[in-house]
Amino acid sequence: MRYDGVPRIVSKLLIPLILLFGLYVQFHGDYGPGGGFQAGVIFAAGFILYALIFGLRRCREVLSDGFVRIMLAAGLLLYIGTGLASLWLGANFLDYDVLGHDPVSGQHHGILLVELGVGITVAGAMLAIFFSFAGRDETGFSGADDAEAEAEAEAEAEERERAETGA
Amino acid sequence: MTLAIHYPALQVVLPLLAAPLCSLMRGRDFAWAFATLVSWLAFGIAVALLFAVRADGAISYHLGGWEPPWGIEYRVDALGSYLLAIVTLISAVSLSFARLSVAREVRQDQHALFYTMWLLCLAGMLGIAITGDAFNIFVFLEVSSLSTYALVAMGGGGDRRALTAAYQYLVLGTIGATFILIGIGLIYMMTGTLNILDMSERLPAVADTRTIRVAAGFLTIGIALKLALFPLHVWLPNAYTYAPNAVSAFIAGTSTKVSLYLLLRFSLTVFGPTFSFGKLPLNEILAVLAVAAFLIFSALAILQENVKRLLAYSSIAQVGYMVLGISFASVTGLTAGIVHLFNHALIKTGLFLCVACVAYRIGSVRITAMAGLGRQMPFTMFAFVLGGFGLIGVPLTAGFVTKWYLIMAALEAGTSLGLVAAGLVLVSSLLAVIYVWKVVESAYFRPAPAGSPPVREAPLALLVPTWALILASIYFGIDTRISVGVARDAAVALLGGIS
Amino acid sequence: MTWLGHFNYWIFVVLMMIGLYIVISRGNLVKKIVGLNVFQTSVFLLYISMGKIWDGTAPIVTDALMDGRPVAYSNPVPHVLILTAIVVGVATTALGLAFVVRIKESYGTIEEDEIQHMDEEAFLARSEHLGGQP
Repeated sequence: MRYDGVPRIVSKLLIPLILLFGLYVQFHGDYGPGGGFQAGVIFAAGFILYALIFGLRRCREVLSDGFVRIMLAAGLLLYIGTGLASLWLGANFLDYDVLGHDPVSGQHHGILLVELGVGITVAGAMLAIFFSFAGRDETGFSGADDAEAEAEAEAEAEERERAETGA
Repeated sequence: MTLAIHYPALQVVLPLLAAPLCSLMRGRDFAWAFATLVSWLAFGIAVALLFAVRADGAISYHLGGWEPPWGIEYRVDALGSYLLAIVTLISAVSLSFARLSVAREVRQDQHALFYTMWLLCLAGMLGIAITGDAFNIFVFLEVSSLSTYALVAMGGGGDRRALTAAYQYLVLGTIGATFILIGIGLIYMMTGTLNILDMSERLPAVADTRTIRVAAGFLTIGIALKLALFPLHVWLPNAYTYAPNAVSAFIAGTSTKVSLYLLLRFSLTVFGPTFSFGKLPLNEILAVLAVAAFLIFSALAILQENVKRLLAYSSIAQVGYMVLGISFASVTGLTAGIVHLFNHALIKTGLFLCVACVAYRIGSVRITAMAGLGRQMPFTMFAFVLGGFGLIGVPLTAGFVTKWYLIMAALEAGTSLGLVAAGLVLVSSLLAVIYVWKVVESAYFRPAPAGSPPVREAPLALLVPTWALILASIYFGIDTRISVGVARDAAVALLGGIS
Repeated sequence: MTWLGHFNYWIFVVLMMIGLYIVISRGNLVKKIVGLNVFQTSVFLLYISMGKIWDGTAPIVTDALMDGRPVAYSNPVPHVLILTAIVVGVATTALGLAFVVRIKESYGTIEEDEIQHMDEEAFLARSEHLGGQP
């Protein structure tokens, strides 16, 4: 694939747009359709496209396994941290009203933070799944083989919280 | 104490917060120490909640400050708090045990992930017990199930059959969870609510529709799959046998218990006893399956050569006792079923920990390999004998308490079917004598194979948690005030619908 | 034609049965996962079609609503629920496929009957070995 001109150039044109669109979906999610899930997947898709065209190794130079693992944890921590912050400010867990100067802005801040957490973890999970499947060579060696299993469960956990806010 | 009002949220959030932190930890035992600490803290919270519920009745916590039924409610009642205490206790004790055992069975670079999974699994189970929202139950169920599949597969370091066991568990578990999802969807369709209390209030108005009956069917079958109720038990023996030893102990004490909780919650709280036991013959179906489960699997356990598999078969039989208790649909019967949740968790986890001690020293869990261990590992094997008494139901052990209440319930019911069931409980106990005896005979009455290297007693770090559980199972066989007291409260609350 | 009125449920039932049938009847571990996916997708359809109302719009503030005209909108809750269930499904699929990869590596096959056969042979070989001991 590396010496194939058309996919290389088209993907080089597309990847910035994909990432930008991911960010748009992420941060426009409180007003329009969108949110952390979709944004996380779109964002990860940009990197996965890069890895498919230019090789897994070069993609991993930017996003190492360790970094992806930190992404997984950081998103979830951001989510729970938001919940604990509202708890600290005297309201119930995940009650965003107290996060701003009035309830409306509080809800704004809360949902943005929480969705950012969801987005980071979902992007991390998608990348972890892709890396560990694609990075597994014929001999069966893989450094990150259960990182992906973990990704699952964390994406999961993320889910649950989504259900809590959404439902 | 402002923190105390947030305990219901913290109960779930604490392990969930700890899980990602745990995944980032490096170094030999940090992840283990951290997970163990968190698990004991969770146990502390669960005990605080248990006493709070005992004193003041059910606690309701509104996530995000949204009132139910619009928002998600965490609701801790007698049954829920009982289950929270059981799950956190079993998790804390088996984690305390896990360090040496896991260090031997799981690859070093996977340890942090192993404990991460464990905490996620714990968070999922606690979530199921605490949430008052039906869909939330499904999500938590999948959180705990997915991490359990991964935990089971991590036994694969030693044995590739762990992978096929985990795969089989995944396929069947997912079918079960999806059935539960269908059931919840159908109820939502008819009632327009996901809050469990709200559902139970709105259901009687639409109870006579086919949709609700179909929902009850899907839910019961889905839960029975997760519960490993005969004949939907096929995933259980392999999963328990090939999982890492500490994981076997953990899931043997918790995962089927959580599923039994779901059965109680849906059949009694949501559908209500009049629907489940009046309009549907759920009690008769459960009674037949339960009796078949404990007869067949007590008998099959006798044939097993692998002690972990033997205990797994015995677990299926014990699930039968719990379900039989429920099928009497009386306060005494339910008390028997619910108290057996607790008793069986103590006994079976204790026994799996004994086996893990043996595996740690001799590297095998086959009955023939255990010959002569009675003299070489006296403390471990004596703990196994005491735990075995509990399985049989010898007086002064926790197992006896259950059987006492089961037989009382059968006599109270007075039906011929109930009396037959009570007789069969005794038969099954005799079968339990045989399978426990097989292990005891090998350990105490056969000489160690000539020329085999001497075996030392298991290290103290393994013996202490094991004995803690075994002694607890004896203690709760003698002093039943707390265990039976809470179970009876829960049973009365569940049957509140019957007047 | 009332039995066609709820055609969405017919689709749900048919898909569910196809999925379950694949899971039960196929011996190939990857095909089983595919069946599981079809099965789960059928449930997604059940939920999503449940919330739909004929001529209903998305539940957002529109000009019509601002003018005070009545607006029919679809129920968003099942969609939110199923978004969660979809991600659960993705996670299950990924985990299942990860198991399949590992099984392939350690057994060299992903056919269920061959795996079973290999396990049984290993079991028999070991029992003979044990039986041979004095």
